Amino acid sequence: MATLELSRRELLAAFLGTAVACRARREETPLPPGELAGASHEVGHRLRDAGPPPQPSRWESHDVVIAGAGVAGLAAAWRLAQSNLRDVVLFELEPAIGGTSRSGASYPWGAHYIIAPSDENRVLAQLLREMGVIEDGVTSNVIAEQFICRDPEERLFYRGRWYEGLYPAAGATHEDLRQLRAFEAEIAKWAAWRDAKGRRAFTIPVAYASDDAEVTALDRMSMRTWLDARGLTSPRLRWFVEYACRDDYGALLDDTSAWAGVFYFASRDNRPVITWPEGNGRLVAHLARSAPARTGWLVVHIEPTETGADVIAVRGDEAVGVHAKHVIFAGPQFIADRVIPSRPRSEGFTYGSWMVANLTLRDRPSPSPGFPLAWDNVLYDSPSLGYVVSTHQRGIDHGPTTFTYYYPLCDAHPRQARERLLATGRDAWADIALTDLSRAHPDLRKLTARLDVMRWGHAMIRPTPGFVTSPARARASAPFRNIHFANTDLSAVPLFEEALYHGVRAGEEVAGTGTNPRPPA
Amino acid sequence: MNRTPILFLNVLVIAACGLIYELLAGTVASYVLGDSVTQFSLIIGLYLSALGVGAWLSRFIDRDLATRFVDVELAVALIGGLSAPLLFFGFGRLQWFSLFLYLVVFAIGVLVGLELPILMRILREQLDFKELVSRVLSFDYIGSLIAAVLFPLFLVPRLGLVRTSIVFGLLNAAVGLYGTWLLRPLLRGVTVLRVRAAIVAVILIVALVHADALTSMAEEELYVDDIVYSTSSPYQRILITKGAAGFQLFLNGNLQFSSADEYRYHEALVHPAMASLASPRRVLILGGGDGLALREVLKYRSVESVTLVDLDPKMTALSRTFPPLGALNAHSLRDPRVRVVNQDAMIWLEQVRSLFDVAIVDFPDPSSFSLGKLYTTRFYRLLRARLAPGGAVAVQCTSPLYAPRSYWCIVRTMEAAGLRVRPYQTTVPSFGVWGFALASPRPFDAPMHVSVPVRFLDDATLAAMFVFPRDMAPVPVEINRLDNQMLVRYYEDEWRRWS
Repeated sequence: MATLELSRRELLAAFLGTAVACRARREETPLPPGELAGASHEVGHRLRDAGPPPQPSRWESHDVVIAGAGVAGLAAAWRLAQSNLRDVVLFELEPAIGGTSRSGASYPWGAHYIIAPSDENRVLAQLLREMGVIEDGVTSNVIAEQFICRDPEERLFYRGRWYEGLYPAAGATHEDLRQLRAFEAEIAKWAAWRDAKGRRAFTIPVAYASDDAEVTALDRMSMRTWLDARGLTSPRLRWFVEYACRDDYGALLDDTSAWAGVFYFASRDNRPVITWPEGNGRLVAHLARSAPARTGWLVVHIEPTETGADVIAVRGDEAVGVHAKHVIFAGPQFIADRVIPSRPRSEGFTYGSWMVANLTLRDRPSPSPGFPLAWDNVLYDSPSLGYVVSTHQRGIDHGPTTFTYYYPLCDAHPRQARERLLATGRDAWADIALTDLSRAHPDLRKLTARLDVMRWGHAMIRPTPGFVTSPARARASAPFRNIHFANTDLSAVPLFEEALYHGVRAGEEVAGTGTNPRPPA
Repeated sequence: MNRTPILFLNVLVIAACGLIYELLAGTVASYVLGDSVTQFSLIIGLYLSALGVGAWLSRFIDRDLATRFVDVELAVALIGGLSAPLLFFGFGRLQWFSLFLYLVVFAIGVLVGLELPILMRILREQLDFKELVSRVLSFDYIGSLIAAVLFPLFLVPRLGLVRTSIVFGLLNAAVGLYGTWLLRPLLRGVTVLRVRAAIVAVILIVALVHADALTSMAEEELYVDDIVYSTSSPYQRILITKGAAGFQLFLNGNLQFSSADEYRYHEALVHPAMASLASPRRVLILGGGDGLALREVLKYRSVESVTLVDLDPKMTALSRTFPPLGALNAHSLRDPRVRVVNQDAMIWLEQVRSLFDVAIVDFPDPSSFSLGKLYTTRFYRLLRARLAPGGAVAVQCTSPLYAPRSYWCIVRTMEAAGLRVRPYQTTVPSFGVWGFALASPRPFDAPMHVSVPVRFLDDATLAAMFVFPRDMAPVPVEINRLDNQMLVRYYEDEWRRWS
């Protein structure tokens, strides 16, 4: 028993810090039941460990094969359907589609919001119009009220009390606040910045942004260096900015390119957050109407041919080959490297690991001091990102709900983070999540009826310094003979909007329209 | 040592306790059942007759008088001490509450009736009869006098009914326990008696500690009048107080109505909308679980169906079963034309497809984000979509005098949702100047006349409600949306100044 307790201490110390581990008492309440819903990394690792691809027992012929039914793959299929290209086969390794935007019945498993599109993001606007999120008869991108994140949006648990918003303003000194205003002024400057061609410095999608040297210079330093250079040393401000980097990139200030750090704030430009109870699963479900996906199929080999490309996919012991005219590889680059051996290897792409837990609650925790429950609820002294409340957007303010808890492993070395992620099982992750959140909600353990855990080994592309402007990143988007590429990692930032952009771009390359979905100059 | 004087002190305490239980039962009965003259008369009569029954029964006790005396003391302590909490608890939960009440009163009466005859027989050995009768009876009456004075002046205002009951139960138990020393030579099985006394005392102390679960001391301090009923649902704290002017309903500490002047509020809320149509048939009430707006709606013969959507099943059940509320709402919730839906009004509106001629919106003031959403453009758009062509809607909108930004924010938000709005206001003494909004998807004229019987709204008053004096003129405000909840922020800001 003593050794068990000790190992729990060590576990909590490793994931929540020694202060929390020291305070944690022996837990009388048993862990709630739940499952490990993780991405199928065992199957995926076949790619890494297996030898030459198996010989398919049968061959099919199709116009287009899309490898990967994440947002990029689904967006490609959506775009192809618009050009009436219907002979499309969509392979997906996981049992469920959606990639890191997938969801459970009424809660997210990953990406759970988007930022309302600016006027130039016509692809996203078109998607939202189809879904009724942008109302009919409205020419500008006005979002219907019920899809905008309901107020109150965010709160922060800071020194035993909840406060509205994410900046820890309680007890801030004049100097703290001066630095906050200075930071906001910097961001406002970048939001208003235009290059000689009238392009913005930071846009979503990234492809529309300016490549002016003044902007790209930001990529040569880390976000920490950028803050240092401006004398922005306030611990509160640094926490606030680092929270953004952890939230969007799973990376600390040192590992985040200043370009990406500024991008996070400046590209939003105060546009509202759009969200659904199940997160971006709603968008996935809409896109998925374009083409049914063959789930459980792992694409193991793609070889360009004179007339297109040959694709080999396996499920268990079964292997199928497809002679395709076009292939859209809609997975991350590290998989492309293994699946398309004839293509030059990618460089500089690194991915962060995440743990997401869904806590099914019998009832709400009793109110803690301060600001009431919001959509996004963040703990200041936590390596986690806090939790979002699935019933918030449905307007259900009483009774059972689901908390989706996000924990990015922001280690400097992604491989070590991945090893830690996968070495930690469901029970240990459940204990970490409950211990962390119990600091703000002492009754949470007793209220949690179920706790499921998702381990994302390669959850997010990390915009490390230098990566955004690297020629290697630009090269990766270019077609390799008849193979086209679509994934958010091509944008250096992990966003639904980027995956959508690349999916549609790849779809247009295949459909032969030849024009990237670029805004008019 | 002559212990007789101390025994007479016991008589005093016993008498005080007996009268306190009687007063408690009468007060609880008149609070919860209303009609205080009848209730007090019945309780007193029943209690006195039970005293007689007890006295008569005392003749069957022949042996171990002192032991029986302690037993009776402990029984009175237990039943009397727990009487008020039991009655409050039973009320609203028991179908035959009156029967339960009378049984409790009778049981206490019988036990108290046993006390003095037994005590007198114990003391007979020590005093001659003349002395005995004179002293026992005079201490009995002095005890009653002390109780009768303390009860209204100190006990009810300071301790409240529940704690008074338990405290006097403890006094009774103390008399019993003390008796095991005083009457020691006459007792058998002293240890057993003391254990019993200790058990009774522990039960009462536990009850005293848990009295806070029913209503906390702090809570009672907040209310001027006595709390006659309180319960907590998953959604809110429901509390009813009773005072000289009638009773009041509070939700989460906010006054919803006072029976003295609620007719002004509910007539103003309901009739302008109902009178806007020649013959409204299908009516929707959102909120209004007290059934009072419903009472006004049901006055219209043309009404064929009413759907009342209130989040809290405890509230609508209380309005159906709590006698004073049932009397006040004219048992409107039992009307066959009424269908009650216990659901969040906004979620219900998203699902429902039927149309309504009139909608009455009677939510609590927007004091929280979960209430604030029920005053947003989104909400009013959903509501507008459920209105039949030419339909009318009335919304309670907090006070345009105390909270002008809140009031005009609601009006402007309704307009932003595509409704034509006519603001109106009146005075409800319990609330002060109160504001409403009458609206329709189409342009319309303010109604001139209410055709059903009313106490307040004559034609001149109806017309005057649509006039806003200068100090309630519109102020510039933002629109209340789900994603900004401006109203909750205005409301908190404005009402903080008045509290």
